[in-house]
Amino acid sequence: MEILVILGAPLAGAVLLASIGEREHAPEINVGVCLVTFVAAVALTVRVIGEGPLLVADKLFFVDSFNVFLIALTAFVGLTTSIFSRPYMRIEQELGHLTPARLRLYHSMYQLFNFTMLLALSTNNMGLLWVAMEAATLTTVLLISLYRTPASLEAAWKYFILCGVGIAQALFGTILLYFAAEKLLGAGGNALLWTELNNVKGDLEPTVLSLAFVFLLVGYGTKVGLVPLHNWLPDAHAEGPTPVSAVLSGLLLNVALYAVVRCKVLVEGSVHTSFARSLMMGFGLLSLVVASLLLLRQKDIKRLFAYSSIEHMGIITFAFGMGGPIASFAGLLHMTVHSLTKSAIFFTVGHATQKAGTQLMDGIRGLVTISPLIGWGLALGTLAILGMPPFGVFASEFLVLTTAIHEQPWATPLLLGGLAISFAAIFSRIQPMVFGETTVKRLPHRPAMIPVFVHLGIVLMLGLWIPPFLADWYRQAARLIG
Amino acid sequence: MTQIPIWAQLINLLAAVLLLLAFAMLAQRRVLTLINLFAAQGFALASSTAIVAFATHQPHLYWSVGLTLVLKVMLLPWLLHRLILKLDVKWDVEGLINIPTTMLLGIVLVVFAFNLALPISQLANTVTRATLGIAMASVMLAFLMMITRRKAIPQVIGFLAMENGLFFAATSATYGMPMVVELGIALDVLVAMLILGVFFFQIREQFDSLDLQHLEKLKE
Repeated sequence: MEILVILGAPLAGAVLLASIGEREHAPEINVGVCLVTFVAAVALTVRVIGEGPLLVADKLFFVDSFNVFLIALTAFVGLTTSIFSRPYMRIEQELGHLTPARLRLYHSMYQLFNFTMLLALSTNNMGLLWVAMEAATLTTVLLISLYRTPASLEAAWKYFILCGVGIAQALFGTILLYFAAEKLLGAGGNALLWTELNNVKGDLEPTVLSLAFVFLLVGYGTKVGLVPLHNWLPDAHAEGPTPVSAVLSGLLLNVALYAVVRCKVLVEGSVHTSFARSLMMGFGLLSLVVASLLLLRQKDIKRLFAYSSIEHMGIITFAFGMGGPIASFAGLLHMTVHSLTKSAIFFTVGHATQKAGTQLMDGIRGLVTISPLIGWGLALGTLAILGMPPFGVFASEFLVLTTAIHEQPWATPLLLGGLAISFAAIFSRIQPMVFGETTVKRLPHRPAMIPVFVHLGIVLMLGLWIPPFLADWYRQAARLIG
Repeated sequence: MTQIPIWAQLINLLAAVLLLLAFAMLAQRRVLTLINLFAAQGFALASSTAIVAFATHQPHLYWSVGLTLVLKVMLLPWLLHRLILKLDVKWDVEGLINIPTTMLLGIVLVVFAFNLALPISQLANTVTRATLGIAMASVMLAFLMMITRRKAIPQVIGFLAMENGLFFAATSATYGMPMVVELGIALDVLVAMLILGVFFFQIREQFDSLDLQHLEKLKE
């Protein structure tokens, strides 16, 4: 029932927003639909916590402790982003960047994008997971090219081609998975259900599954933005509208990583070597190190934080690759706090670039003097994402590091080096933007700053105190991931 | 030596045709011919799937045949034809690498694909397992085509041809994917094509050309 609302509301919202056109109240309807989705997601979460895993609609949907937290997170960030986008897109329209027709496309695609992500998270069928991931790519292509500038068209084209090719690899991986499963489970729909696969994972053919995992990791890894498959990510983040950057970074990357982890669970069960783990650790570390080096060369603020997303996805992939209860716990926590912090940062960055009239960091100076809220939001968000205590990112990075020291000592210098370089790169850029002589102007509409501080507040709380039910929940999910 | 049944020989023949068409697409410089070759490849795919369905009594495969026929032989080529008429782009395709080199690269890829497919096809118990190598090879050739072409439409055809190869792989390894997945994939391909249609017009409006050289401004 809840799943029906979670999936139905955004789908109906997309149709509604596409058909009514750009009326006065379209942004409010957008927020309303997201609110309905979020309420249903909370209800689902309460139910799953109370009753345990849920398998409904002829086993087509499966919700356990791992994906329920991602569903709740996705619905929550989807809601706050829609609140943020209301004044943001109005200002964009008044600045003449957008026409009403484009706004209609934006609202409709925003809901459709939410729908595809929630479908990917809740489905039990590995084939449908693929279909939803591909659909998520397609809905965002038009969002990234929303401004129709040469750069945004290039970014969207790159995004489409690279992710299209990547996701085709994942399809081949899915075919191989089905090929291995079909012998045990028989032909037909059942052989791609994750729950069924999980039951027989010990008997799946290891050679086929290893090969399948390579394809799946490369395929979904392209969407996670793992180096060397990350080329589309900075462009897409920098050229699309800021609310889209926020959901891409905060949500889509998580969803893609979720797909990788689901596959990893199956492969681990079949192949009794550290094959999948080593691959994930390797990709994770490479992403962390390369992204931190590239951070040093950035001039555009949205590209800066896009590279920071690659870096954090690297950390999470590494954590899941290490495996074990503590590392997986840290990975899940990091997924949550990164998603909240990064979207909060993009909210402030969006308004900061509107105020300065440029995305170049040299052109943004002294935010605090004109608008203390945006300035402090950006400063605090940056400190949080850089892993300063007492924010939650510190807690999860600390857990990853201590586990790495015990289990993979060779990786520790790389991890520490990557984190240190990114700290230096980001902090030195943000400091003059927040403080110093001001160059920015006032905005015609009051920005919605509540989401920023709600996100940062939650991140702060997770750093100081994780509520017992949440900790239980992470632990259960971590056990599941292994 | 055991006699290979006639339908298995037919499937092998069609698989060979599929691979040949993949090479032809790689070598083809005219966009119009490229679209026709793509349609022909779709037709070869549909016929071989139909033969598999008939010979192995897999009725659900007929749906997949119908889907391929409607989507890849008729609808998508028709859309592409309309698109190039509207955009008035019948120019020749300039590759980044010259054709003979591309062909040689293609041969290397085919050998690689056969080696990669060998362990899997030994495990397969389908009658069509021998064609798995060809399926992988056509995926890789389509991939090569996407890399070596500079213009937007040939890249998209490469993308669609890759989807063809993947479908063929699914049929030869497992007699096709579950219905719900195949429908979803078909829907995605269709939507992708429609979005790209819109997208082409946007690129054209902005650059007066579909040459992707204009799209090389963003670096790091």
